[in-house]
Amino acid sequence: MTKAKTTHFDTLTLHAGAHPDPATGARATPIYQTASFVFPDSDHAAALFNMERAGHVYSRISNPTCAVLEERISALEGGVGAIAVASGQAALHLAIATLMGAGGHIVASRALYGGSHNLLDYTLPRFGITTTFVAPHDIDAWRAAIRPETRLLFGETLGNPGLDVLDIPRVAALAHDHALPLLVDSTFTTPYLTRPFEHGADLVYHSATKFLSGHGVVIGGLLVDGGAFDWERSGKFPTLTEPYAGFHDMVFAEESTTAAFLLRARREGIRDFGACMAPMTAFQILQGIETLPLRMQRHVDNARRVVAFLAAHPLVEQVGYPELPTHRDHALAQKLLPKGCGAVFSFALRGTRDQGRKLIESLRIFSHLANVGDAKSLVIHPASTTHFRVAAADLLAAGITEGTIRLSVGLEDPDDLIEDLSRALYAAGKA
Amino acid sequence: MRLAVDGHAVYAYTGARAPDPTLPTLVFVHGAALDHSIWALQSRYFAHHGYNVLALDLPGHGRSAGPALASVAAIADWLVAVQDAVGIAQATLIGYSLGALAALDAAGRYPSRVARLALLGPSVPMPVADVLLDAARANDHLAYELITGWSYSAAHQLGGNQQPGMWMTGNGMRLMERCAPGVLHTDLLACHEYSGGLAAAATLRCPVLMLLGERDQMAPPKNTRALIAALDSPSVVTIPDCGHSLMAEAPDAVLDALRRFLQRLAVAAP
Repeated sequence: MTKAKTTHFDTLTLHAGAHPDPATGARATPIYQTASFVFPDSDHAAALFNMERAGHVYSRISNPTCAVLEERISALEGGVGAIAVASGQAALHLAIATLMGAGGHIVASRALYGGSHNLLDYTLPRFGITTTFVAPHDIDAWRAAIRPETRLLFGETLGNPGLDVLDIPRVAALAHDHALPLLVDSTFTTPYLTRPFEHGADLVYHSATKFLSGHGVVIGGLLVDGGAFDWERSGKFPTLTEPYAGFHDMVFAEESTTAAFLLRARREGIRDFGACMAPMTAFQILQGIETLPLRMQRHVDNARRVVAFLAAHPLVEQVGYPELPTHRDHALAQKLLPKGCGAVFSFALRGTRDQGRKLIESLRIFSHLANVGDAKSLVIHPASTTHFRVAAADLLAAGITEGTIRLSVGLEDPDDLIEDLSRALYAAGKA
Repeated sequence: MRLAVDGHAVYAYTGARAPDPTLPTLVFVHGAALDHSIWALQSRYFAHHGYNVLALDLPGHGRSAGPALASVAAIADWLVAVQDAVGIAQATLIGYSLGALAALDAAGRYPSRVARLALLGPSVPMPVADVLLDAARANDHLAYELITGWSYSAAHQLGGNQQPGMWMTGNGMRLMERCAPGVLHTDLLACHEYSGGLAAAATLRCPVLMLLGERDQMAPPKNTRALIAALDSPSVVTIPDCGHSLMAEAPDAVLDALRRFLQRLAVAAP
């Protein structure tokens, strides 16, 4: 049988969007550290401004180094295009601001990164956008929360920090039944572990600070458009289907059948809110993505070793990793995440809060800090740090207790990580 | 712009400009399983530089209703019907792939209605591989994958889009996937069965531009030799390192070739 010519994932991580620099022959993607780009002539300049020619004008709107990264993540996710922004939070805000204004409503999984929860629960209501939070597993709750003014459904592929697996096919089908898009935060999984568009998601974003860049040295976000959602048929998105006075009455859905969302996000959201990515940041994330398949596999392999160790330890009450049969979403994870469930997970210590503190402070290889997805192993106590603004009841609903400890397993030798944890658990037991 | 032709709603992108009867008109005709948006940059440019623009969605494609037309001749007849509906006596037809065949056929049979002709990615004849036709007939996604694999040069399979942030192969794939079942097969069969191209070319007296991709595998440049020979002194422009998806792979080169073609003729006109 004839097969289509395709370029495989590992090759795309190295090459998508990039070619040797035509000016110098440089093989690595150059860092175009420039604010602006010279126009060949006045007609060309006007054509660039009016979207009659393709190219770069000003690095807040687009930049060649960032564009390579945008193409690369689009290729890896199977989307039509992307926008590189200042952080994962900027990506989430850009998605929301592109789709709705005051009066808009979001239905979101309750199992979210604390920063996302802050934006939705505390900040956006000040701008007239409200959110109803639901248990990610409860499809009836998702359905019941949808209102006439709802414009978006939103969840994380693996909920932070309990690793609730988002049932993307079911939630996407529900969204589409209501002519709504599904936005997915795929930071914990990266396209190496799952490609949400293939399961029905419409928009995907990443905190590229985490596994995509992989080394904990930059802050960046990526917003990817799957290109399949029909904004016109939905009829709920005038920002994309009606003339926009802010760009000569352009109707974005008529300019681009598949990428109207990205057009508006770039021509309004990045232009006006300005949370763009620096080219140096894009370069560093590109460097990280070049080794994404190798790193993610090692992250997962190491995480499996650490999970197995903790699950058998007498001081550990519970390990929340979906590959364990005891996890609520074990079956769903096997279906949606067959290559692995990432390297960030939580466990509950059988002990007091002081013993938890002793554990964290006794670790020598694991670094105590607020980040995940670094090449180095990390640890944190969510209830007192990343989720400290979240109400106690909401914490419990998100699967977080006072004893929950979150690990981000890095690329060290797993025997050393287990030894570090073993020694710290011993110290905690003596505390 | 929305209008009615043969009882069906038709969409034409105009660059948000109302038709001006004092301006020349350019009609853009897309290829198989596509829509007007493949011309986004070029059509918007000309709409803001002294032309009326009609970037059409063919019947059964994009925002235009009705069944997809089953032959190149039927599409050519429809193009003239669109001109009638808008009230345009004569237009420049700019066609891509299947649209190029339809534009060529319309120019051959309705010479008074076509001022100039630009053929992008043409091939006469335009045989379609059995494996592709079979997959399209079965509405198998393989058809879109084969087209994507053959429609971009090897370099552009890895991106390098002039449009910042856009992944061109993914975008092309997603656009085709929007077509209703059967549309791709109807379009491809129309290409495959069209046999009137050389006869139409031999009758043409209007200026003709042929715009070819050096690395085009869907309509290889060597398959245009007979067409070039049949035409009376066509302008032939070959874009280096470009495959069949000319507007996506080389948007500026396409625009500049069209500008030169139209400007040269405007200067030469009495």
